[in-house]
Amino acid sequence: MSLKLSKRTSGTDGLVAHKAKDTPGDKAVAGVSHVMLALWSLMVLVPLAWTVMSSFKTSTEIFASPFSLPEHWSFTNYVSAWSTAGIGSYFLNTVIVVGCALVIVMVLGAMCAYVLARYVFPGSRAIYYLMLAGLTFPIFLAVVPLFFILKNIGLLNTLPGLIIVYVAFALPFTVFFLFSFFKALPNEIAEAAQIDGAGEWRTFFQVMLPMAKPGMASVAIFNFLGLWNQYLIPVAINTTEKNWVLSQGIVAFANNMGYAVNFGSLFAAAVIVVLPVLVAYVFFQRQLQGSVSAGTLK
Amino acid sequence: MTQVSHSVKPDSGVPAAVRRRRKKLTFDKISFMAVFLGVPLVIYLVFVISPFAQAVYYSLTSWSGFNNKMPFIGLENYVKLFQDNIFMIAVRNSIILAVFLPVITVILSLILATLVTIGGSSRGQIKGLRGAGFYRIISFFPYVIPAVVIGIIWGRIYDPSAGLLNGILTGVGLDGFDSYPWLGDSRTAMVASMVVIVWGFVGFYMILFIAAIKGIPAETYEAARIDGAGRFRTAISITIPLIRDNIQTAYIYMGILALDAFVYMSVLNSGGGPENSTLVISQKLFTTAFNKGQFGLACAMGVVLAGLTLIFSALVFLVNRLTGGSKDVSE
Repeated sequence: MSLKLSKRTSGTDGLVAHKAKDTPGDKAVAGVSHVMLALWSLMVLVPLAWTVMSSFKTSTEIFASPFSLPEHWSFTNYVSAWSTAGIGSYFLNTVIVVGCALVIVMVLGAMCAYVLARYVFPGSRAIYYLMLAGLTFPIFLAVVPLFFILKNIGLLNTLPGLIIVYVAFALPFTVFFLFSFFKALPNEIAEAAQIDGAGEWRTFFQVMLPMAKPGMASVAIFNFLGLWNQYLIPVAINTTEKNWVLSQGIVAFANNMGYAVNFGSLFAAAVIVVLPVLVAYVFFQRQLQGSVSAGTLK
Repeated sequence: MTQVSHSVKPDSGVPAAVRRRRKKLTFDKISFMAVFLGVPLVIYLVFVISPFAQAVYYSLTSWSGFNNKMPFIGLENYVKLFQDNIFMIAVRNSIILAVFLPVITVILSLILATLVTIGGSSRGQIKGLRGAGFYRIISFFPYVIPAVVIGIIWGRIYDPSAGLLNGILTGVGLDGFDSYPWLGDSRTAMVASMVVIVWGFVGFYMILFIAAIKGIPAETYEAARIDGAGRFRTAISITIPLIRDNIQTAYIYMGILALDAFVYMSVLNSGGGPENSTLVISQKLFTTAFNKGQFGLACAMGVVLAGLTLIFSALVFLVNRLTGGSKDVSE
């Protein structure tokens, strides 16, 4: 009896030792998984790598074969995209518009979310739901009236006009996301600050806002991506060419391509538009993936 | 005596202090509320809410935008829209996108997320595939690329003579594709456009689902495994029911995006494609408003689009509810 028991234990011990090793089934599953994921990664990477490669080719080379390597690795296409096609000035406009809009929307959004999350007053729920509604309606419905609102206040086709519209449309998402964040902050700290004599303003800017930094960072990243990639709003309300943002500029560039063929610099322009965002992503990807989970788990 | 002990108790002391502070309306407090709530709210009302409301009103007028005359014509714009064959084609195309894009994207990203999270060993601790981090980073790339650039890159890939796709196809011996115009043939233009949008979003939803799956306690998976459930069974009976809410959210977002689809469609085929095969409502709205100046009619299209969006979201909610969504979900 006791012998049998000990045998059993050794059996489970064997199993424990076995745990580290993979069964053939595991290996097969892992193999198939790797193949499928690798195929998907190739689907993602090949078009991007092809774009980078083509950006160094001349138009003749591009038409000769989609696979051939460029004969000379020179940045001619980049120079012509940056200066001749005006990508440089569009880049500057985009940086100004996205930079300003991002700062403003983060400050306003944090303030609004803070008040909604931490003060109870008549209508606070209604305002919150109004914000939520703005998140679900298609921007398309608003585009035409928006055009005339800006026209009437004289901000149509100007960078400040674009900035304020960006702020307005990024606001619901920002408030919605930061709302839960401020709600979760401990009340005692705000109270301690007020007992120490800080007013409402100081409590917010010196105590509460710094505590919300992780949430602010995640929202800022998503807002940056959303605003940097925005196309519909500028194409509707920012039609003066010198105020164009990158997305407008590159589409116009691509559409002109049909006549004056310089596909090499079109690819170069694409790389110029993608590169800053991609680099920022690789740097911040840990933060970003953390925030995706924060957003889904609420 | 009891009263004294009451006021000493910290529990009742704090709310009393809060109440006293609320009643006192100092300049600090008033200016704080006015700026913190007032400024964002004014911007939001002026630039987001009021345009939505105005659009609904404009849709009932035959306004051309260039004068202040807004003749009220009731539902005439809507009648006109439903008799307009090209607009109905656009509606059909938008509905096709809203039906297929969410299904394909969600299923594909769920499969990839499952492979990454529970593709590892079936013994010992539940773990993901080796190299999962690498796949995750790569998969997310398309999401950070601006939509217009995605459109432009794929436009070049689909190019009949110098494109990557036909290059690969002829390279493996399919000479019939030598100069096949993927976006220029009404049979393939729509499918080719859908592939582009799916490519752009699978990675994002994959990351979202991975995060959701990681939120499921490992014990749940271990229990299922002890009960003898294989990987496939686990994915179907454990993962999907437990991340149901996330799937619903993803489905709705993808549907809203598919009903818009403006950027992708207008960059891939600016004119609506061969025989209007890729024309969507948003494109039609844009040209009606800003090229033809028929603002009233364009707003009516916007209302139709918003209506479709609401119907879509309601349907997804309803289906999820009817198939037992709310009772299965355990946080």
